[in-house]
Amino acid sequence: MPFVPHTEEEIREMLEVIGVQRIEALFSEIPPELRAPSMEGMLPKALNEMEIGRLMRERAAQDGQPLCFVGAGAYEHHVPAAVWEIATRGEFYTAYTPYQAEASQGTLQLLYEYQTMMASLTGMEISNASLYDGASALAEAVLMAVRANRRSKSKRVLIPATVHPVYRKVVRTIVTHQGIEVVEVPYCTACGNVVPDSLAQYSEGDYAALVVPQPNFFGVLEEVDRLTDWAHTNGTLVIGLINPITAAILAPPGEWGETGADIACGEGQPLGIPLSSGGPYFGFLCCRESLVRQMPGRIVGRTVDLDGKAGFTLTLQAREQHIRRSKATSNICTNQGLMTTAATLYLSLLGPEGLERVASACHDNTRRLLEKVVAIEGVEPLFDGEFFHEVVLRVDLPVNRLLERLAGHQLLAGHSLAEDYPELGDAFLLCCTETKTEADLERFATLLRETMSEMRSS
Amino acid sequence: MLIFERSRKNRRNPVQAPHAEPAAPGIPQRFRRRSRPLLPEVSELQVVRHYTRLSQQNYAIDTHFYPLGSCTMKYNPRGCNALASLPGFLSRHPLAPEESHGQGVLACLFELQEMLKVVTGMQGVSLTPMAGAQGEFAGMAMIRAYHDSRGDRERDEVLVPDAAHGTNPATAIMCGYKVREIPTDADGDVDIEALRQAVGPRTAGIMLTNPSTLGVFERRIHLIAEIVHEAGGLLYYDGANLNAILGKVRPGDMGFDVMHLNLHKTFATPHGGGGPGAGPVGVGERLLPFLPIPVVGRHEDGKYRWLTEKDLPRSIGRLSAHMGNTGILLRAYVYMRMLGAEGMERIAEFATLNANYLMKRLSESGFEMAYPRRRASHEFILTLKREAKETGANAMDFAKRLLDYGYHAPTTYFPLLVPECFLIEPTETEDKATLDGFVEAMRCIRREAENEPEKLQRAPHTLPVKRLDDVRAARKLDAVWKG
Repeated sequence: MPFVPHTEEEIREMLEVIGVQRIEALFSEIPPELRAPSMEGMLPKALNEMEIGRLMRERAAQDGQPLCFVGAGAYEHHVPAAVWEIATRGEFYTAYTPYQAEASQGTLQLLYEYQTMMASLTGMEISNASLYDGASALAEAVLMAVRANRRSKSKRVLIPATVHPVYRKVVRTIVTHQGIEVVEVPYCTACGNVVPDSLAQYSEGDYAALVVPQPNFFGVLEEVDRLTDWAHTNGTLVIGLINPITAAILAPPGEWGETGADIACGEGQPLGIPLSSGGPYFGFLCCRESLVRQMPGRIVGRTVDLDGKAGFTLTLQAREQHIRRSKATSNICTNQGLMTTAATLYLSLLGPEGLERVASACHDNTRRLLEKVVAIEGVEPLFDGEFFHEVVLRVDLPVNRLLERLAGHQLLAGHSLAEDYPELGDAFLLCCTETKTEADLERFATLLRETMSEMRSS
Repeated sequence: MLIFERSRKNRRNPVQAPHAEPAAPGIPQRFRRRSRPLLPEVSELQVVRHYTRLSQQNYAIDTHFYPLGSCTMKYNPRGCNALASLPGFLSRHPLAPEESHGQGVLACLFELQEMLKVVTGMQGVSLTPMAGAQGEFAGMAMIRAYHDSRGDRERDEVLVPDAAHGTNPATAIMCGYKVREIPTDADGDVDIEALRQAVGPRTAGIMLTNPSTLGVFERRIHLIAEIVHEAGGLLYYDGANLNAILGKVRPGDMGFDVMHLNLHKTFATPHGGGGPGAGPVGVGERLLPFLPIPVVGRHEDGKYRWLTEKDLPRSIGRLSAHMGNTGILLRAYVYMRMLGAEGMERIAEFATLNANYLMKRLSESGFEMAYPRRRASHEFILTLKREAKETGANAMDFAKRLLDYGYHAPTTYFPLLVPECFLIEPTETEDKATLDGFVEAMRCIRREAENEPEKLQRAPHTLPVKRLDDVRAARKLDAVWKG
């Protein structure tokens, strides 16, 4: 029996202690008419580890190892070997939420270090111990801002169209039942970001929060200082949505405008988490200290034990569902513990200079790739705004067909914008990280040139 | 010592960083950060040693018996981790085209959906929710979408038994409902009379865990389903305790319309120090159109693809940036394939055997059970009310002393209905000797409580820290190191 240690003799002894003849008798309280049919024949036969190993290797190989220039919310970065060697130690991998603080100091201290790193990276005062992913973190940030904004009675929130389209969908799924209305802020189709002066149209309205992505979904930098100051002048809280790698170089939300953003959140995946078809990743959520009681999710605090020695524990639990039940700030229970373990290891191994080099290499590679591809006939960069490590290109051929053909050459050249931004025509978003070599960039340019010319001549 | 305290200015770890100059001169000054982030400057060895040592300060399933009730802390097979971590799976971008670069992973996910349908008796499954609580949200949002689709908009109440997990009422509120609590009777079943009184045209549904958090099977579940359905409400099944009934009885057959599964409980994926989980949802016929997207579909030609808004226009929508916690789903898939039909049925049998054995041994040792007339499911509740009164050492003191004996404490003070309680869940992967050892430890601790209660009240004594001051942690919040 897989993973059940009992011997026949032990089973007999245990049944005797309980005072029943057969294990089946332990289910006597379940009404017989409810009993399930046997699953024999309805589920595949059991495989041993060798057999399932073979099947999984075949399936993994089936998906290939293409050269990947897709970003759009998930980014390929080098992950130091030590990250997952340590994160999958059984003591981290198989522990649970640290309810028994004294027996969980490892996880708790690590989370305190994580909170410190994330608060500093975002320029904020407080960080929670993580949420599920970037999209749900943004949804929680919106709910939090609506609860926290005491100057505004509004349940309306401004979200620019330059925020990841799926993030906007997730926010809608999660917040609509609480009567929150999302108002979409348009962007400038020439520069690819929000024109600060265009916000004037919202100055008369009452909005609880404005979301400011940096860089935005198109990879373009937003005028974060002016957007933040506009919001604060109008009694609107600012939620900064950032990529944590770029925060090594870009001004973090805490430094935006006169007084900084109020909440910062985003996708933590770039910090040592593999792409893994989309998850598990983790969301981060940071804020000003004055908003901490509106924060959802676990928070670790440092305190002292009976001897006055420093130690760590979950704190401010009166915000949470297991204490407050229907009055909790969120129903969230689990965070992404193992992912934050990996991220903490990643940030420690890179250090401030290492992280800056990663960010800088991403930017340099993207710049170099851009130079190569704009030389190709029929390819042009769509926006003239400043970019970080993602760029939107327009092509003079049907974009989906082009990307499909390139995928046939084991090159994932980018993410098509045809579905989410039809107004942009045949456009796609590409991303270049530090993982790409000069030869990779050459291969991209060559394949793109050749494939486009093939398509034209066919 | 914190990792920051090991840091020295200008210590570098160049083997992990690209060769690029850090400046990125192309970025204009007005966009740049003014201060360097506070990250440690440490060597690779320092990092490895620091976090290895921290890990050693944790109790975990791999090192200790962890009978944390309602959390199903069973063995997490290493093979599941190894196979879900194959390079092909880890390096696949979520937006890689599914037809040319995704059939392998989608085949696993499709088969997982199908297997989950079989074990739950549900008609459709979506794997996208990223944790149990998000699965609950999806489930209640579907109930809401169902009533709305019928123009039935007066239903604004969700019924929740008083013993329910805290996530249940919190979820109902997130979905815009009011919560109405239903009391439990003396034997741990839902109070049927109170339920009859509570249902009506305002009832959107009821959220139930079965076996309940009291560790007993709700025997009149059919009657409850009848009462709620007759009133026009739907039944939500909280899958937290599915381990207790796997292969014995299915939520679909009990009359539930929608449910979530905690793969990190029943299907042995790791708890990871608090996540990541995975909370797939299953639905009966009526809720099929509302499943959260994406869902894996299979074409007639045998090809797999993601079903999205276009295929399921009435879906409650998306819950994550991509398609849920795929890496966790793959672990659960490997686990289910290793178990097969027979192994799956054995889960409930041995989880229940272990729980009833442990309950009987503790009961014979003089500990009081909260529901002595009932059969334990996969977990049971013990109350230390008498010990607390007679010795002054309460359930928390017993819990902390258990840590000294090398056992993770059971869930304490939950459910809130039972005073001074332990919710104990041994799971099927523990052997008899471990359970016997736990009984012996409990007996020793009770003797200590009788003779020297302060030993318990000041416990633990052998861990890296002694009893921590939780009040101070909340009053003088220190959540970020300031140097």
